This record gives sequence, C-alpha cells and structure tokens, in this order.
Amino acid sequence: MASQTITSGVTPTLTTRSKRQGAWWRFLTRDTFWGSLLFYAVIGFFVINIVALVATVVIDSFAFSWFKTILPTQFVTHWYPDLSQDHDMSQLLLNTFVVALGATGIALLIGFPAAYVLARKEFRLKGLLMAVLMLPMLIPSLVYGIPLATMLIRMGLGGSLIGVILANIVPTTPFVILILTPFIEQVDTALESASRMLGAGRFRTFRRVLLPLVLPGMLTAGILAVVRTIALFELTYLVATTGESQTLVTALYGDATGAGIRAHQLISAMAVVYMLTTMSLVIVALFFVKPTQFVVRLKAK
Amino acid sequence: MATLSQALPVTAPKRRIAPPRIPWEIILFSLPALAVVFGLFIMPFIYGLDLSTHTLDSKGAIQDGRSLDNYTTFFNDQSQIDTIVMTFQVALPVTLFNVVLSLPLAYAMRRGIRFERFITALLILPITLGTVLVAQAMLIYFGRQGWFNQTLQAIGLIHDPLRLVHNWLGVEIALFIQGFPFVFLMILGYMSGISPDLEKASKMLGAGRWRTFWSVIFPLMLPGVAIAFCLNFVANFTVFPSAMLVGEPNALTRVMSIAAYRAAYEQQNTPYGTAIALIMGGIEFLVVALVLYLRSRMARSASLGAGKGA
Repeated sequence: MASQTITSGVTPTLTTRSKRQGAWWRFLTRDTFWGSLLFYAVIGFFVINIVALVATVVIDSFAFSWFKTILPTQFVTHWYPDLSQDHDMSQLLLNTFVVALGATGIALLIGFPAAYVLARKEFRLKGLLMAVLMLPMLIPSLVYGIPLATMLIRMGLGGSLIGVILANIVPTTPFVILILTPFIEQVDTALESASRMLGAGRFRTFRRVLLPLVLPGMLTAGILAVVRTIALFELTYLVATTGESQTLVTALYGDATGAGIRAHQLISAMAVVYMLTTMSLVIVALFFVKPTQFVVRLKAK
Repeated sequence: MATLSQALPVTAPKRRIAPPRIPWEIILFSLPALAVVFGLFIMPFIYGLDLSTHTLDSKGAIQDGRSLDNYTTFFNDQSQIDTIVMTFQVALPVTLFNVVLSLPLAYAMRRGIRFERFITALLILPITLGTVLVAQAMLIYFGRQGWFNQTLQAIGLIHDPLRLVHNWLGVEIALFIQGFPFVFLMILGYMSGISPDLEKASKMLGAGRWRTFWSVIFPLMLPGVAIAFCLNFVANFTVFPSAMLVGEPNALTRVMSIAAYRAAYEQQNTPYGTAIALIMGGIEFLVVALVLYLRSRMARSASLGAGKGA
C-alpha cells in the first residue's frame, strides 16, 4: 500500500493529500491547536517580513527622500528615467532575456533526451549517469565558476554573451533534467508502443505522441529554468567582464556595491525593474506549477 | 497507470534486467548532456587543478614550473586560515537554525494546512528574487531607519535602533531568508512521506505526542534532515553577494568566496584564486562526507525503512 502511494505520488499531478473539511475554525481544534499556532506565528512573521522587504524597495524607488518616517513625505517618478543615465536599459533587458532564454533553450534541447533515457530505460551504470549529470547542481557555482570563467576568458569568450550563456548552461541542464524526468515517467509507455504498432516511426511517435504529452513538463521546466537563470548571479558575474555582456542582476549588484556614489532610490528603481522581470515570469509559472507538487502526502489507512 | 502498462503484454519484450551492453540509443541520447558536464564542468575542474599548481612571476605572467606553492602560501597565511574559520562561523549557525526551525514547522504542516498554496508561493518568493535583490532590499528594510527598527521602536521593544546590516548578523539574516524556504520545503517533503499509520500505532501503544515525535518521526526524518543540512550548508558556505553587500567584506564576513574572488579578479592572480576556490570545494566535500557518514551510521541504528526513500 505504502509503496504504491509513493510511486503514484512521484508523478507530478497525482499528489495525494488529506482534504480538510468542515468549519473554518477546525484548524484550531484542540488536537492541532499548538502546532497550528506555532506554525502560523513563525511562518506569518517570516512572510510579513518578506512582503515588507519587497514593499520597501518599491516605495523607496518612488521616494523623493526617505528618512525616519513610516512613508516618504514626497513621491516622485524621475528615478526610473534617471536609470538610463548609468545604464543602457534596453541592452540590459535584452541581454537578460537572451541569456535566460538561450541557456534554457539549449538546456531543454540537451536535457530532454537525457531525461527520456533516465525515465524510460533500464541499463547498466544508470546510477552513475544520474550522479554525473546531477553533479553541477550539488557543487556551488563559485567553486567551479572561477576555473570555468578563467577557461572561458582564455578562450576569448569572456565578456561575450556566448560565454555567459555557456556558463549558465552548466547548472541549468541538470535542473531541467530533474524536472523533466517525472513528467516523462508519467506518460504511459503503452501509448508509444501503440503508435509504433500502428506504423508510426520513431520520430513520428516522438512528435505526435510523446511531445504533446510532455509539453506541460517542458513548459514547467522552461519557465522555472528561465526564472532561475535570471536570478543566478555568480556565474554571470564571473564571466561578464565587459559592460556589454552585463545582465540586470549583475548591473544591480554593481550599483549596490558602488552605493556611495549614487542615490539609494536609483538602486531601488533598478531593483524594481529586475523584480518586475522575474515576478512576471513567476506569476506565469505559478499557473502551471504548484510549489508543493513534489510534496507527497500519505493517507492514514 | 504504471501497473496497467506492466500488466499488458505490449511492454513484455522489454527486458527488466539490465542488458549486458549499453544500447546505442542510450549513449546517443545522454551524450549531449554528458558533453556539457564534461566540457563545461569537469574540464574546468581539471584546468583549474592544473592552473593552481602554477605561480605568477613579478610581471604577473603565469610561470611554467609546477609546484604546490599556492596551497602552501594559503595554509601558511594566518589571514587566510582566519577566512576558513569565518566561513564556518557564517555558514554553520544559519544552517543549523534553518534545520532546527524547519523541523517543528514541517511537523505542524504535515497533514496540510489552510492557504497552503498561497503560503508556499510567498515562501519561495525570496528564492526567485535571488540573493542580490534580497541583500539590496535588506539594506533599506533592516537599516537604522528602516521599517523593522521603526516597528520595534514603536512597540517599545528597543530604544536605540539595532544594527542589523553591514555585520555578521546581516549575512546570517540574508542567508536565513534565502535558505529557510528551501530547507523547510525539503523537510516538509520528507515529513509528508512518513506514513501516518506509524504515528497512529505509536499513539495507540501509549506514547505521547512528544515521545512519538522523538522515537518515531525524528529517527525516520534523520536521513532527510542530513540531506537538507548538506545542501543548505554547501550553499551557505559559498555565500558571496550577501557577504559583500550586507556583511563586512573586509572584516568579520571575509569568507572564502570573497578571498577567492579578490585573488582571481582584483589581484589578477588567477592561479591563487583558483587554488582558494578548490580548497573551498575540498572543505565542503569533507563536511558533506562527514554528515553523510554520520547519516549512514544513524540510519543503520534506526532502520525502520518506512521513510520516503524506502
């Protein structure tokens, strides 16, 4: 019983969970009162601070000045146009999207066949293959980032978008494989076999049967990878040695470390631009992905 | 679904036992991904290992001869040894705090809660925002005149504003904001995988809530906790942007990643910077190996085997 529930729960859509029913105050019943209280207090405190953290940046970016008051006394909008004095904003946005979409696109192309093999085939050394492919996710980017950046710079790719994309493929590929594998596992092998029996070739079966069925998985992996790549700082920072190859996150970091020479509202405005870019994608992502979908709940017998 | 396809004879010809040779399609399909790992991950490692055995001459050019000078320089330099200590001082407390806080919270949430989707969406917000933005926002929010201090002063908890950024505490807070959701969701995943029947059985046999948690849930959670600890520790150990922005990069939060970056990029000594990065990776590996060794020993003593990985 238990093992069946686990295997069915691994597939992304078939999560099991106990539905709570009854009146809304049921969560404060005696059985779980202290647990719930503790839970909502701590998580509530955390979440309120996160929301306030984000809100301060947004408010600050519209402030004329902001000292010792709850809200700024005067609101202005000129910090946003002022951004273009320091940065070529259209170039930064373009770079950000080119790098994120480029790295994700390549990672999807490379990762799909590998995920297919991991999901469908049984073979010798499968565990080893899995371990090797997941290695870049387990080792933090700064450890391999410095040698990798040095190597790319030696090859003449430092400060170029190609170099930045190449560096970002490294952690993105295992990430994509990790998300795609359960989606492919979920597709019934009988469908592919049926397609082959009805005379479709390998490629046709892939295009007409497998691909449409794993498209949601590709979309999920793609959006999550794009969001992750936009926020991924270290690798881009180490490889993007020129102004032309900067992305939003490295430009934001550069502004923040040189904080003494520019108004903090200007940095906040930059942060808001960056935030809007990621958040718009996150909101799109949340339509497709449930953050707790990998959380498997077992029902009591 | 899986059981149906297994029952049908359609897939019967597929061998269940691993075939003696690896079929060509498996090699072909996994080749691109393997090429990425080898070309952009393993190759740089080998290149870095080689590079770290060279030193620079007085003009800053890389010399031909190989030696372990970069490593001996590092371990003979007291300020670099301090860097290792500082990195542990930064990484260890926050990792432990994340795990210790996540355990009871995940326990409380194991059967699902209200607004679960909304709460988890807000929890993963800092992960998606990234380290740089969180650090930048912290400078305002946790600053002397920020909302956090204003609120505490308004309530009357403190008189003078607390110093929460540009010090060790700032880095800890930044790492907590980034790492806690990650650790929490991971531990929640493991916790939810423990069968509720075990808990029921424990209660039926007369164990109280507290005893049930410590004798049943906790031993089953240990392997998951070990993994969550390792992943979070590794991430915290290489903290870079937060240590620069909300820490004291020249004093108490001069962590190894900063030392490596400065050597490689600011002093243009890439061999030395690479050596520091590799030492950092080596220390991390030792810590992870130690935790996983302890995990395997503990797992043997409490091998009920009903955890998620069973």
